[in-house]
Amino acid sequence: MNILVCVSRVPDTTTRILVGPDGKTADKTGVKFVLNPFDEFALEEGLRLREKNGGSVTAVTVAGEVAKDILRTSLAMGADKVAIIKTENEFDSYFTAQNLAEFASNRAFDIILLGKQSIDYDSLQIPAYLGELLGIPSIGVVSKLQIEGNNVSAERDIEGGKEIVSAQLPCIISAQKGLNEPRYPKLPDIMKAKSKPIEEVAAIDCQPRTTILEMSIPSKKRAGVILDGSDGSLDKLVTLLHEEAKVI
Amino acid sequence: MSKILVFLESGKDSFKRTSFEAATAAGTLVASGGGQIIGAAINADDNQIQSAKDYGISEVYNIKYENCDKVSTTAYSAAIAQLAKSLGVDVLLFSANSHGIEIAPRVAAKLSAGFISDCIGLEISGTDIIARKPIYAGKAQIKTKINTDVKVFSLRPNVFTAMKNESSSFEIKSYDASLESKDFSCEVSSVAKNEGKLDVLEADAIVSGGRGIKGPENYHLIERLATTLHGAVGASRAVVDAGWRPHAEQVGQTGKTVSPTLYIACAISGAVQHLAGMSGSKYIVAINKDKDAPIFKVCDYGIVGDIFEVLPKLNERIAASR
Repeated sequence: MNILVCVSRVPDTTTRILVGPDGKTADKTGVKFVLNPFDEFALEEGLRLREKNGGSVTAVTVAGEVAKDILRTSLAMGADKVAIIKTENEFDSYFTAQNLAEFASNRAFDIILLGKQSIDYDSLQIPAYLGELLGIPSIGVVSKLQIEGNNVSAERDIEGGKEIVSAQLPCIISAQKGLNEPRYPKLPDIMKAKSKPIEEVAAIDCQPRTTILEMSIPSKKRAGVILDGSDGSLDKLVTLLHEEAKVI
Repeated sequence: MSKILVFLESGKDSFKRTSFEAATAAGTLVASGGGQIIGAAINADDNQIQSAKDYGISEVYNIKYENCDKVSTTAYSAAIAQLAKSLGVDVLLFSANSHGIEIAPRVAAKLSAGFISDCIGLEISGTDIIARKPIYAGKAQIKTKINTDVKVFSLRPNVFTAMKNESSSFEIKSYDASLESKDFSCEVSSVAKNEGKLDVLEADAIVSGGRGIKGPENYHLIERLATTLHGAVGASRAVVDAGWRPHAEQVGQTGKTVSPTLYIACAISGAVQHLAGMSGSKYIVAINKDKDAPIFKVCDYGIVGDIFEVLPKLNERIAASR
């Protein structure tokens, strides 16, 4: 099975986000970047498919030179090959999807796995976009995946329940938390990953279809009425919810 | 004069509320920039279609094709893109719900259109539409615009209020799409609804529990208050990672980003990644026995107290007030 996993490099979830000097993107100073948490589920699923069916796992990212660290993480987790589609410019989801499609188009992957979203821009659009560009099915936000021969059956969360979607390989799957339990890389594998080759591909040029005008941090200011747990305070809370907030 | 196409997704009896939210957003765009709102439904019945009239839509195209009763997001995408092309629409609006995230990117790709997902605000500025979109799970926002002539936006559910605005004229048209077998590459084979349980993404009120709940056996305290409020049950990452609650209930950066009217955080300390997922709530109530818990810095009302004592009493009082 020829497996592609698309990964991205994002600020760790504990990061306090600040607006950078350009006023349009986040300040990267002092920020710890990690492999996108949802991509860990995608990669883990890829590794399990390889362990079951044989074949190889390639991890790819569209990013600048700095993102090689997450490719090393991918190698340490068990990816066979890694590649970076390099660009040092800011780009949008369209640019990413076009470049991933270009990379995947003549490499005959049986399955392409991604995290359901990248936790920076939270766009959730690459999986279906890529599916359309490659002319193959895509199933997003998958929490259970079964593959028998060429038949794919994927369970995904929908509002107030779950649905099962069927499709045929080759297919794109985006991973929801819960799809599996990602492995931790072992120290010897982390060491070995440092000397493995990283394929470099130049990004194809395509004009972004969206432009960011400004970035801001929303105010979190709230009334902040703090009460104790006494009966009188609870009466007051219910009155506030009823009369001030009008929510009950 | 722009043509705005709104995807009307069939729900149980009428179209989904999120479709009417999109129709209302389209109405706001038309009010300031002029234009016409067109609805696109797939294999809908007449009663369903009539309901669109109340939300400012003047024309609904009911799309039909062979096997259009099958739920297939790839087929829906192909059919909607065909209709959009034939009408020459300028703007397409979808809900960023579970099917919207599968359909909208495909339609955008088919129309060579720029696409901005999960918008929480749309406004006209000159010849542009400026979209507001949360990033980093709501820790920040961007204002962004689309550079192509045809523009596709998806809207975060529960943010735009569906407001009634009866259309002065109303027409139902039918549209026959011609699809190929490859358009049916994904198909829903079964659906399991959580009967009687509301999803955190749909609920007006959410009661969430954190590690301080001590174990799954105590979650009935959370569930009971959620039931009293006709709301949904949520959970922090710690609770989900401990296996006490299913992942579908997780609120936060690696769970769901929610925006209910009322959010009650019970024994949740307020980690950055949790706050990111719920800070869009209209009113936040925090209950925690640690008076220094970060959650108290972002709440409207806080109770410093033990949830095991506070929750039953609060439930009783809220039940009595309804």
